[in-house]
Formats: sequence, C-alpha cells, structure tokens
Amino acid sequence: MSQTESSFAGAQRLGPDSAVSVRGVSKTYGAVEALRNMSLEFPRGQLTSLLGPSGCGKTTLLKIIAGLIPADEGEVEVNGTKIAGPGNDRAFVFQDFALLPWANVLRNVAFGLELRGVAKSEREAVAERYIRNVGLAGFEKSFPHELSGGMRQRVGLARALSVNADVLLLDEPFSAVDEQTRRKFQEDLLALVANENKTFIFVTHSIEEAVYVSDQIAILLARPSRVSEIIRPSSFREKGVENIRRDPEYLDIVDQIWASLRSYVE
Amino acid sequence: MNRSLVFKLLSAVLVFGAWEIGGRIPISYAFPTFLESMEAFARMAFDGTLLRAYAETLKPLVLGVAISALLGIGFGLWIGLSARSEWFFSPIFIVMQAAPLAALIPLLVMAYGIGLTSKVFVVCIMAMPVIVLNTAGAVRNTPASLKEMGQSFLADDRQILLKIVIPAASPVIFSGLRLGVSAGFIGAVLAELKITPTGVGDIISYSRSIADYPSMYAAIFSIILLAVLFLNLLEKLENVLFEGNNRGYVSD
Repeated sequence: MSQTESSFAGAQRLGPDSAVSVRGVSKTYGAVEALRNMSLEFPRGQLTSLLGPSGCGKTTLLKIIAGLIPADEGEVEVNGTKIAGPGNDRAFVFQDFALLPWANVLRNVAFGLELRGVAKSEREAVAERYIRNVGLAGFEKSFPHELSGGMRQRVGLARALSVNADVLLLDEPFSAVDEQTRRKFQEDLLALVANENKTFIFVTHSIEEAVYVSDQIAILLARPSRVSEIIRPSSFREKGVENIRRDPEYLDIVDQIWASLRSYVE
Repeated sequence: MNRSLVFKLLSAVLVFGAWEIGGRIPISYAFPTFLESMEAFARMAFDGTLLRAYAETLKPLVLGVAISALLGIGFGLWIGLSARSEWFFSPIFIVMQAAPLAALIPLLVMAYGIGLTSKVFVVCIMAMPVIVLNTAGAVRNTPASLKEMGQSFLADDRQILLKIVIPAASPVIFSGLRLGVSAGFIGAVLAELKITPTGVGDIISYSRSIADYPSMYAAIFSIILLAVLFLNLLEKLENVLFEGNNRGYVSD
C-alpha cells in the first residue's frame, strides 16, 4: 500500500462513523409529499431521536430505514451496504407492540429467530436470556393479554434484541405506556445504549423524552418534510440518570426545541 | 362440581321442563311430551333404528361438511388474499347463501339424480358460503402491524401466511366453521326430506305420516344432539390448535 493510499484510508475514519446513512430520500403518498430529499447520518453505537410535529414523516423515515416501505428516490445504507428491504442487521420495535396474541411470551420473543429457522431449543435459550434482561423472568408462559402495556413493550424489546441486529429501530415505543413506566423505560434504554453497543434510532413526539435519551436529536419539520436542526447534547450524559432532568443544558435544550417547534404546532 | 356445568344442567332442565309442560297441556295433538319423546328415543336407540338411520344420514353429512370445510377455508384464504379472486368468487358464495335452497332442490335432482351426489350438494350449499365468507373476511382483516412485524423480522410470504395470517384469522375461521357445520346438519335433514326419504329424514317423514309424533321428535332431538356434540368437538379442536384463542385478545 502506498503512503497516499494509507493516509486516505486513515482519513476516511475521521469523524463519527455512521451505522446508517440516509441520502436524498423522497417519498410521496399520492398527492401528499411525506419526505423530500432527506439526508441524515446515524452515528454507530449512539441513540439518535427523530423528533417533530405529527405529519413530519418521522415514522415514514423509520419504516424506509427498516425496509418496510420503499423510498421513491434516494438510498439508505446500513453498515455501508445499500438496503433493498428488511434485513437481519435491523430490528424493529412497534408502537402497538405487534405481539402475537395466540403465542406466549417465550414464543413471541423467540419469533424473530423462529422465522430465521433457528432450532427450537436454541432460540428458546436466547429468548429466555433476553426475557431475563428486560425484567420479565417468570412470565415466559404468560400470554400478551395477561400483561400490562409496559410489560408488553418489554416483550417487543426483547424480541428485537434477541435477533442481535446492529441497528434497533424504535417507533414511539413508549407512547402507549403510562408515565411512570415510561420513565423507567427511558432509564433502562440509556443502560441498554451504554451496554449493548448497538445503534438506536428512536422516533418520539415527546421533547423531554428525546432530550433525555438521545446522543443526537434530529428535528424534523413538515410540509415539505426536512431536517431543520441536529442537536447533540454534550455535558449531562455522564452525570447519571437521576441528575439529567435538572441539568441546565437539558433544560436549555428542551426550551430551545420547543421554541423552534411551537410555530409548527397548530 | 364447577359452576359452568351447574348452569348447563339448569338450562337443560328449564328447556326440557318447558317442553314437558307444553306437551302435557297439550298445545297441539302433534306435540308430544318430553318424556314420551325420550321413551321413543330410547326405543329407537336400542332396537337399532337410529343406528341404521345414521349410517345413511352420516354419508352426505360427513362428506358434505368435510368438503365444505376444506374447500371453504381454501377458497376463503384465496378470496381474502387477492382482491381479483374476491371479485370473481365472492358473488357466487353470496348468491349461494341467499338462495332459497328448498326451491332449488328440484334443479339439483334433475342435474345429479336422487342419489348421494345431490344430497352432498345440498349440505355443501348450506355449509360452505358462511365458512368461505368468514374466512375471507378474517384474512382480509389481519392486523397490518402483525404483517409488518413479520416482514421486518424477515418472514417470507409462506411464513406470513402460516405463522401470522392463519393464526390471526383462526377465531373467526372457527366461528365460521361452527355456523357452517350447523347449517350442514340442517342441509342433511333437508336433503332427506326433499330428495329421497332415507336415514333420519325417513324416520321424521314416516313417523309423521302415521302420526307417531314421539318418534318424529325423537329423531329431530337426535340430530340436534349430534350437532351439539360435534360443535363441542370443534371447540376442543380449536383449543388444542390455538391455545391462545380462548384467552381473549390484546386490546386496550
């Protein structure tokens, strides 16, 4: 390798390494323009929030990254490879949990592996480990309707973790659970980001939630949908979960986001 | 003893008690009491009359119900999954369900004779439409987020059908089967009354013609009993196949 090549190889590693890159993605539904020429980088190992008023296309963008919806234009790269549909490098956590009501917790958590043809004993061992991780030990044989909303979303989270994807896509995962459960979830999510070495893409409509959990917040605005601002909180992440909500930077960012969003909320 | 059994027995006592009283008043000379009917039932059961009758009646019944269930679920899945086949097939089954079957039986007899074929047709025409339409509706209404979940976890089309669409539709498919099977029992008796008197239909029409009303009601009672037993069996099958079904759904 010549010296020039080796120095360029080093140069490419500069800046944050992106796990997911969205480049020039557009999407229209009939006459409605959901996304126009959207570009966004998602740094590896970090949590990026997509935050914006309803109708700004944040869920559409997430589903395009998941490969569930094809983009009309532009491309999405995951780990440097252009995607052509859902892949085993990404796992999705659904707003309405999307659990199989006829299957118990164990089978629901193992379902992603079941679809991949992993042998029953093996996938159940993996599932049991993640059921313990999300704090549902003892509920393996319960059915979804026997669980509370928060517990159901823990099942959805365990299912997404058990397929061991690099990128976790979370579509307003805590919007259907109560406030106290949600706070616990947010703390658990921070621990997950710190321990799991995965990239998280998190759609939310809650400003406080986005600032609390994110390494990077992308503010999306509607009509036409665009990234208006990217905010990277810097100082309060290391101060411990119990100190974040009274940190001056946290409060400033929450105010700043509301100031820029308020004119778009009718 | 559990509560549900107590209530079942209580309900049986009430119905049969009302029957007995109605027969004793009597509301009509053609209406026997419950005890007379049961006596006739026991007599026919022990002298083998019922056994011989059911050997005949079960042929079109079992054949028709089996064909309706298999073809009906098959057609229902097809209609539910493809809009084009819905336009093509769904009117046929709606017409089948709405048609005044008793008036159409002469047509069937002209086309297929007075044998087993016509009777199987009658059972199928009664049983199949509700199975098809229920299955199609249930398949079409599979929750979109469950299908999306399957796709995002890399399910192929076959896995989505077998592991998501069919289990999700199963409660409604089974309720269609229950309705269809009961209609099939009605169809079997109708065929034996309208085409050729054989089996249970023969007992009913013969004992009516000689004014042996207890035997007639005993035969009707026996077919209802069989239908109830069969529906219970179907429910057991559902509970074995889809354990989560009898535990309600995730909804709030």
